[in-house]
Amino acid sequence: MSTVDELAPIVVHDSARESRQERLRLVLRSKTFLVGAVIVAFWVFCALFGPAVVPDDPYADDILNKLQPPSSEHWFGTDRLGRDVFSRVIVGARDILVVAPLATLVGTLLGTVLGLVTGYFRGVVDDAIMRVVDAFLAIPVVVIGLLALTALGPSRVTVILVIGIVFTPIIARTVRAAVLSERELEYVEAARLRNEHTPYVLFGEILPNVLGPVLVEFTVRLGYAIFAIATLTFLGFGVQPPSPDWGLQISENWVILNGGYWWPTLFPALAIATLVVSINLITDGIARVYER
Amino acid sequence: MGRFILRRIALALVTLWLLSVIIFVACEVMPGDVARSILGPTAAPETVAALNEKLGTDRPVLVRYGDWMAGIAQGDLGESYAFRRAVDEMIGSALWNSAKLAFLAFLLVVPLGILGGVTAALYRGRSVDRLISVGGLSASAIPEFVWAVTLILVFGIWLDVLPVTAQAPPGSSVLTQVEYLILPALCLVLVLFGYLARMTRAGTAEALDSDYTRTAVLKGLPRRTVIRRHVLRNSLLPTIAVVATQTGYLLGGLVAIELIFNYPGIGRLLVRAADQKDFPLLQGAVLVIGIVYLVATLLADIAYAYLNPRIRYGRAVG
Repeated sequence: MSTVDELAPIVVHDSARESRQERLRLVLRSKTFLVGAVIVAFWVFCALFGPAVVPDDPYADDILNKLQPPSSEHWFGTDRLGRDVFSRVIVGARDILVVAPLATLVGTLLGTVLGLVTGYFRGVVDDAIMRVVDAFLAIPVVVIGLLALTALGPSRVTVILVIGIVFTPIIARTVRAAVLSERELEYVEAARLRNEHTPYVLFGEILPNVLGPVLVEFTVRLGYAIFAIATLTFLGFGVQPPSPDWGLQISENWVILNGGYWWPTLFPALAIATLVVSINLITDGIARVYER
Repeated sequence: MGRFILRRIALALVTLWLLSVIIFVACEVMPGDVARSILGPTAAPETVAALNEKLGTDRPVLVRYGDWMAGIAQGDLGESYAFRRAVDEMIGSALWNSAKLAFLAFLLVVPLGILGGVTAALYRGRSVDRLISVGGLSASAIPEFVWAVTLILVFGIWLDVLPVTAQAPPGSSVLTQVEYLILPALCLVLVLFGYLARMTRAGTAEALDSDYTRTAVLKGLPRRTVIRRHVLRNSLLPTIAVVATQTGYLLGGLVAIELIFNYPGIGRLLVRAADQKDFPLLQGAVLVIGIVYLVATLLADIAYAYLNPRIRYGRAVG
């Protein structure tokens, strides 16, 4: 993106608010961002209004018409219980688009607070927390999710909490790094000399200035959250049947791929792929503007 | 150099200990007791109590943690609830299978990722660069199980050129084994390629922008020599660290892939343990995965230090 490169220096030298508007403008001009945003908007629309617009009831069994190939009546065919795959794919956007953003939000909120506190105070607590972060990073998210969900029992709420908590230290580390450089700047010194309370210095002064990295981190983690939650659901440790969740649809139908029944697996797989890829395009667009 | 390595090993040991605490606590948050969850809600209270006593799960938390740690120190991870076999034996053979799969994936992805990253950096801002960067990133955003079912459908069923399970018949030659492992390895390659290529691209781009590269160009060295001797030598250093971090992603990816391709590795073992609520096996498998990751990062740190003269000779311990 050569246009972005040329405009970048202006951003750095402008005053805070102008630079924020300038950044927004740059983000909106990025082609990857726009493509990603349109596709995500489509899936958000499906999640919100899907049940009202789909041709069939995504939960209604129709054993007599099971495993029908795609036709004008059932665009994406029917699954092993005779349910309309098209309707299930459209409505299936709902679960992942509720669970993943909430989990990411939990992780971002906790991680931001933790990162602000550890970065600002440093010292022993900081060292200790960073060791715990290292330990968490040693286990893949899917693996620790599997462990915790086995212990807690699978449900929407536990998935949100488990993924949120697993992301907390990772996000805390990014925020901490940003705070470490912010805290040496004059405005923080000035606030301290004005005798402001520490919570105000942290959340009123430093936080607004590290929001860029926090935003980038949120979108990056959202992609990972969908990745991890879809995988956990596929493994049977997330949303439970008869939900039309995409990961669940694949786990219910991939075994019959061998019999030539590709449609109940391929369409939800494409749905997941388009969602995660478009979120990545959005992340890419935002990160290109903020991380320079 | 010696002090650097000792410091790293000490840190890794601390991390390992914290890891054991995290794993243990994660299993302790379970509502209800172990025997109840194994026997189900209809079992008589006496049976539940008896099983708890037999498994040792009626003892205080700290005693059980102490026991577990003492076992780990002797290489004994306890006995699996569901399979009545020693956990370390089960993990040992599973790990060997997973290592074969992981090795093949790395064998494919490391050269491809480096080649892709260097190409992207050399053609920065052109369409080749965008294709590798955005394409690689997109491929790595798609979960392994989605790749797995798609690749099975395309190569295993529609084109019918590759086997859809990963386990070759017993006594097969190495080449046949590799043939069976190609599809699962390809899933890992697709997910790992993007990150590796992006990191290599960043390292190469930085080296291309550096003063020493400009000096080399200005003193009239041919482009090939500049790239080989000045750019690549420096840009590939961070790649070592990246490959180590990838080990973590790879181990996570094995879970779904081994299940789909029905491959008896550590990932499939983990899912089975979770399905059966087999906590000794589950804890052991997660701990071993953590250890593998820590050892990989440790080796990468040491290799990085050895190859980087600033750390090899200096006092810069970071």
